[in-house]
Amino acid sequence: MNMSDPIKGSYILMESLLKEGVDTIFGYPGGSIIPVFDALYDYMDRFNYLLMRHEQGAVHAAEGYARVSGKPGICIVTSGPGATNTITGIGDAMMDSTPIIVITGQVGAASLGTDAFQEIDMVGITQPITKWACQIRSADEIADAVAKAFYISTTGRPGPVVLDFTKNAQTELASFQYKQCTYYRGYIPAPHVNAEQIKEAAHLINQAQKPFAIIGQGVVLSNAEKELMQFLKKADIPAASTLLGLSAIPTDFKLNKGFVGMHGNIAPNMKTNECDVLIAIGMRFDDRVTGNPNTYAKQAKIIHIDIDPAEIDKNVRTTTKVLGDAKEALTALIQAIEPAHHDAWIQSFEAYEQKEQKTVIEKELYHEGEHITMSEIVRKVSDATQREAILVTDVGQNQMASARYFQYKHTRSIVTSGGLGTMGFGIPAAIGAKVGAPQRTVCLFVGDGGFQMTIEELGTIMQSKIGVKMILLNNNYLGMVRQWQELFFQKRYSSTQMINPDFNQIADAYHIANRKVSNRSEIDEAIQDMLKDDHAYLLVVEVEENGLIYPMIPAGETVTNILTPHS
Amino acid sequence: MENKKILYTVTIFSENHVGLLNQISNIFTRRGLNIETLSVSPSAIEGIHKFTVTTYANRDLIEKVVKQIDKRVDIIKSFFNTDEELVYQEIALYKVATDQFLALGSIEELIRKYNIRILEMTTNCVVLEKTGHYDETQGLFKELSEKLTILQFIRSGRIAINKSKIERLSDMLAKLKEENQQ
Ligand SMILES: Cc1ncc(C[n+]2csc(CCOP(=O)(O)OP(=O)(O)O)c2C)c(N)n1
Ligand SMILES: [Mg+2]
Repeated sequence: MNMSDPIKGSYILMESLLKEGVDTIFGYPGGSIIPVFDALYDYMDRFNYLLMRHEQGAVHAAEGYARVSGKPGICIVTSGPGATNTITGIGDAMMDSTPIIVITGQVGAASLGTDAFQEIDMVGITQPITKWACQIRSADEIADAVAKAFYISTTGRPGPVVLDFTKNAQTELASFQYKQCTYYRGYIPAPHVNAEQIKEAAHLINQAQKPFAIIGQGVVLSNAEKELMQFLKKADIPAASTLLGLSAIPTDFKLNKGFVGMHGNIAPNMKTNECDVLIAIGMRFDDRVTGNPNTYAKQAKIIHIDIDPAEIDKNVRTTTKVLGDAKEALTALIQAIEPAHHDAWIQSFEAYEQKEQKTVIEKELYHEGEHITMSEIVRKVSDATQREAILVTDVGQNQMASARYFQYKHTRSIVTSGGLGTMGFGIPAAIGAKVGAPQRTVCLFVGDGGFQMTIEELGTIMQSKIGVKMILLNNNYLGMVRQWQELFFQKRYSSTQMINPDFNQIADAYHIANRKVSNRSEIDEAIQDMLKDDHAYLLVVEVEENGLIYPMIPAGETVTNILTPHS
Repeated sequence: MENKKILYTVTIFSENHVGLLNQISNIFTRRGLNIETLSVSPSAIEGIHKFTVTTYANRDLIEKVVKQIDKRVDIIKSFFNTDEELVYQEIALYKVATDQFLALGSIEELIRKYNIRILEMTTNCVVLEKTGHYDETQGLFKELSEKLTILQFIRSGRIAINKSKIERLSDMLAKLKEENQQ
């Protein structure tokens, strides 16, 4: 193709995606995006294209891909219902700062606003849940819009971008010139780290007797894992992760104190309200982390390191902020802090750790009852994969059990829906994760409820031969809701019990290897069978129906108000 | 004090694109803030629009809302002020029947008192203009409606100019650009 000749808009899109280094596209076609798929037909050798079974699946797959690879996930869908089916995934990506670019078809510019067939105001709908949403109305706007989309989606605090692509723009001719976007006035991707703020923060850290750090996904997004560990080591600061921050540091890193929040570990939650300096790094004080914000870490001076000025003082008042990219901030802080030792403070975590070990962990992992617990399966799969695998979760008890018991050696090893808590995220996100990290084992833990929310993506797994390991933790309940009903609604199990299909037969129908386990004695062998090759596998585990995830801080309570099985 | 709701004026400079008002109003809506007045027009710099919004809020909330507005990539800069920090103005138009107006008898007095401008006068109607703060335009409205029938009334949103530090938009843009390229 001679680049100076005008080409069709749909081809401009393809060329622009290539310029941005795109290798994978998740999609689903339809009337007002057919010209783009027609162009894609000529590019099948350059893109790994996956035909999903539902547009929601396409977006979650793009999210899974982005989360493990660090590259933006791309999906292409049609207008109207195709576009609206992506909303959940777009919202999910907004909440969890996941860079994805959703390209939706749109009716021709001449028909906009006329309620034309499958017209929907996608830009209007998605403006509140995207970092940027833009309508492309003519072919000559495409290259710039795509460049801007990549720039905005991937820089600073990443997020979803919608490009709403009118049909005429896809078919019109324009000449193709691509210039990557590196600047948009009014948009500061990452505020430059301010030396004064570093000085103040370092001063607080140097004074601290009982410092404690909370690690969020910001560390992963800025590739600051190494700097983080250096920082923690130098000042001898114990640290715990939010749900999305898990895997930023290895499980066995000696200052790693686990997981904070509603179903997090006892020690770091208790220590939040005992520390004298709390250092929050790339996290946003979500209510699932803070419980009641009015009683959260009141005794502590709080240092908040974040790239997004709107997060500072949003939920929790900080003593000192450090605005900017976590890597840059940590690099500066490492220089500015003094080496320190906090042996007694760190040792004081142990009593709580032992308490949790005794009252919760041992009961879960070495369960004596006949029923299998979610926790033991998770730990066994984690062990069997030597902590090398990527964990993908759905939402519910399965998510919390896997967040608690899966272990990590490498960063970018957890893909889960944190902010939006989207059931149905699991299967498609696992597909995206496997495509984004084909060399790695991807283990999905999913509940019977969530599995059925995006069960259609088994078709994608079959057609595109995606070697995901799916572990269905079947309790025949919407378990997490059942848990709240048991604990807080007088065991009135309204709308939570489910009569389920034979999941193995469903896997059979999709030609996906599968097995069902109902007895503890079969677990190890079944896991070995699942992991013996790189093909897709569904392991259905019949787990305890009445299982409860402990510890638990009831919603809105103080973080030290932790329920355990005997409290 | 911190928790008292007062009237804030939010000033927003944005790109001149379709859908900016939607982006801005979404953020007010999310936090349950009612927009009292709104005025939009091109700014001194071509391609940049200026929104002036007033809303009742407490300080903590207005800070958060303005940060959320500023975070939108199409928004160039936004900030908020209290009335004391601003020179501000609204404009109001009043249409009254000519015969009733003439029958008032005290027209000169009224015009002097309120600094009214007469924009149009036909055999049917007179159109009066008054600029000022809300209570001033409202004062005239009240006085007129006691004496005659106001056929039509319209008041603009607030426009405002900052009394304190003078940061020109062009300087601000230059600074933004510099920060961006560091
Ligand atoms: C789309 C969506 N709908 C509803 C919910 C509310 N919800 C949270 S957890 C849960 C139960 C999940 O059940 P299941 O998938 O079986 O997982 P389990 O908790 O049993 O492990 C529900 C209904 C949600 N998070 N997402
Ligand atoms: Mg379940």
